[in-house]
Amino acid sequence: MKWLPRLLMILGLAGFLSLFAFPLWRITLVAPQYPTGVRMYIWINKIGGETAGTLQNINILNHYVGMKFIEPESIPELSYFPYVVLALGLLGLLAMVINKPWAYLGWALLVIILAAIGIYDFYLWEYDYGHHLSPTAPIKIPGASYQPPVIGKKTILNFTAYSYPHTGGILAGISIILALVAFKIKKSWS
Amino acid sequence: MKRLTLYAITTLFTAILLIWTPGCQSPGGPATGGLVSSNDAASQVYVAPGQYDEFYSFLSGGFSGQLSVYGLPSGRLLKVIPVFSVDAEKAYGFNEETKPMLNTSFGFVPWDDAHHPELSQTNGETDGRWIFINGNNTPRVARIDLSTFETTEIIEIPNSGGNHSSPFTTENTEYVVAGTRFGVPYPQNDVAISSYAENFKGMLTFIKVDPESGHMEIAFQILLPAFDYDLAHSGKGKSHGWTFFTSYNTEQKNTLLEVNASQNDKDFIAAINWKKAEEYLAQGKFREIPARYAHNVYSDVDHQATSTIIEKVKVLTPEDCPDMVYFLPTPKSPHGVDVDPSGEYIVGNGKLSADLTVHSFTKMLQAIENKSYETMISSIPVLKYEEVVGGVVKAPGLGPLHTEFDANGNAYTTFFISSEIVKWKVGTWEVLDRVPCYYSVGHLMIPGGDSRKPQGKYMLALNKITKDRYLPTGPELDQAAQLYDISGDKIKLLLDFPTVGEPHYGQGISADRIVPNVKKIYPIEENKHPYVSLGEGKTKVERQGNDVHVYMTTIRSHFAPDNIEGVKVGDKVFFHVTNLEQDWDVPHGFAVMGARNSEILVMPGQTETTVWEPQRPGVYPFYCTDFCSALHQEMQGYIRISPANSNTPLKWSMGEDIVQ
Repeated sequence: MKWLPRLLMILGLAGFLSLFAFPLWRITLVAPQYPTGVRMYIWINKIGGETAGTLQNINILNHYVGMKFIEPESIPELSYFPYVVLALGLLGLLAMVINKPWAYLGWALLVIILAAIGIYDFYLWEYDYGHHLSPTAPIKIPGASYQPPVIGKKTILNFTAYSYPHTGGILAGISIILALVAFKIKKSWS
Repeated sequence: MKRLTLYAITTLFTAILLIWTPGCQSPGGPATGGLVSSNDAASQVYVAPGQYDEFYSFLSGGFSGQLSVYGLPSGRLLKVIPVFSVDAEKAYGFNEETKPMLNTSFGFVPWDDAHHPELSQTNGETDGRWIFINGNNTPRVARIDLSTFETTEIIEIPNSGGNHSSPFTTENTEYVVAGTRFGVPYPQNDVAISSYAENFKGMLTFIKVDPESGHMEIAFQILLPAFDYDLAHSGKGKSHGWTFFTSYNTEQKNTLLEVNASQNDKDFIAAINWKKAEEYLAQGKFREIPARYAHNVYSDVDHQATSTIIEKVKVLTPEDCPDMVYFLPTPKSPHGVDVDPSGEYIVGNGKLSADLTVHSFTKMLQAIENKSYETMISSIPVLKYEEVVGGVVKAPGLGPLHTEFDANGNAYTTFFISSEIVKWKVGTWEVLDRVPCYYSVGHLMIPGGDSRKPQGKYMLALNKITKDRYLPTGPELDQAAQLYDISGDKIKLLLDFPTVGEPHYGQGISADRIVPNVKKIYPIEENKHPYVSLGEGKTKVERQGNDVHVYMTTIRSHFAPDNIEGVKVGDKVFFHVTNLEQDWDVPHGFAVMGARNSEILVMPGQTETTVWEPQRPGVYPFYCTDFCSALHQEMQGYIRISPANSNTPLKWSMGEDIVQ
């Protein structure tokens, strides 16, 4: 059973690096005119929709209330997130090579801290889109803001917004759990 | 140690479970089908709001020139597809892109008489790719693409006088056919009408369909005596390779046909061995003769049609090509010719006959082998009636017109005069049931009922006369259809609904064969229209002499540009409107005051062009005609028209004023 912590860590890392293959987060908007929903996917390096036109469709809907256009090119995080993920992946490998309790715990804590910062950044980004509205917006509702939830469900005018981690985000979360389990096993042996 | 391993495995298992959770978050999702009870007709046709019908049905519009699409069993009208007639609603035949679709050797023809829709087939089953329909008056065949429900191709038929026995397909859509109903001089010529028997001919045309693109080309024509070739159906299964055409007026008369063409006790079903014809074609036994016909193709990439005039056609004659055509004597003035799902039986619906005649394909082949000929007409063997007839349904009703089949070996024949449908057993020829129709049923339709695999639990009667069935609407009434349940021993009437134009024939297909392929938008990046504007930044106005080209875009909820100046009286303005939307069901319309034209209605990702010739100086509004969004009413603009001799510079803008 000596290999178990390393196995857990490698599985976790595979899940963590799947962030390059799967979206981190998904925001779904449902409205009477969009009964099956409009889905926006947030990746570590891009923002996209289920079709090529989805982002344009969301931007069209947003412009009535004066929200800024979502332009992935103008979001700097998307350019450096992939390097952060890659670096964390390499550190995870290093932790596996070291194969000591502190290495697994350290890696898990590092990912937790960076994930927390990332989610706070996501919140700020959503706040900015939801609150900084064009003064010439065709539809103005005094006091209203249109910030989607970080996680969970929220009603915004005629839309219900659902925001949840997606495959990549969930697998990355699981990688933290697996690293913690590796830590715990390793610690119990020492 | 063991405890820890268990812990680790449990964690992994939980992790795998968690991976599947994204699916649980999805709101909405596919709708589930409704339930119907067995006895209640109302509940059988009730499709709850938001639910889909089980079948698409396509009913020809007859003199409307169009094809209408209804859901079954609800009878809800889903769309009217413009085919042979202009349609101001959809700008079909009004915008520059679709005008070539209605081009013919006679020039632009804005109308036709659309009779028989026919779905494409693969292995004898409807495949939901295309539907074909014939234009009777100026002989044409159209192909409609069922991914867009738009007419994408029309081919004119030369040497034809009225394209009625058309476009019935072969079982892999190798060919659709086009037989002339009216004999015409061959070649078309200024001759005495009374020289009919001498100078007139009847031409049957085989149109090859490309299996990938669906593109049609006339492969060959077969020159026959000038009978009136009324309807057709191709063989299937064992009879694949043959196509059967009914004929009347074998008397070859040219006046008072209601009497003169009803004298012979038997007319003919022409059996065409088209595989044999292909061999003769390959051997070069055709005559290539001058002709003149239009071939019009619409492209979903260019978003426009092109029309080409073709000047030649290959003709095969029974004189040069023996064993290609046989005549099957059939009482009397037969209308529909319908091949049962097995391919063995060929029903000749002799509309003036007291009985219903059914030929046997096996017996026909035997008669050909034995040379059991009654006589020869123009080098065509007439097979002996007794040698080919497979069975007779005795005195089933008056005026049989058309037969379709269910999947259980039953046939259903319409009777125009006695206004009923009669169910009978294929093989035993016994009558099983009959139901009245309201009134004077012409054709009927069972989904897949003319294919190898009928899908029918429903049957639709397509009636010619409506009278008192619905609230009166003056002297002119719609035609009517009735839906029946044929799943049991007894036929049950379920629904009665009016139709657009006159439904000469229909086709039905289960929705699941079409729905997965239906397009929602046209991808803008694939738009290759020569006047496309790929983004608001690409919009412009260009003058070329007196032609002014406006490259315009639409997106919720504005035009770009929406202020245009510098256009003059005497100019011809081309508004090339590109809809930049990429969302389903967000078309934008465009109309400008005083245009002697229709609106245009531009689908997401499409470009359409309308031409406007301003007549008087002034400032004219244009606007979006399709309620597109919350700010649809604001989707408007102005074009300034200056006098012909003015010097107003050509300028345009959106979001800011034009500075002159």
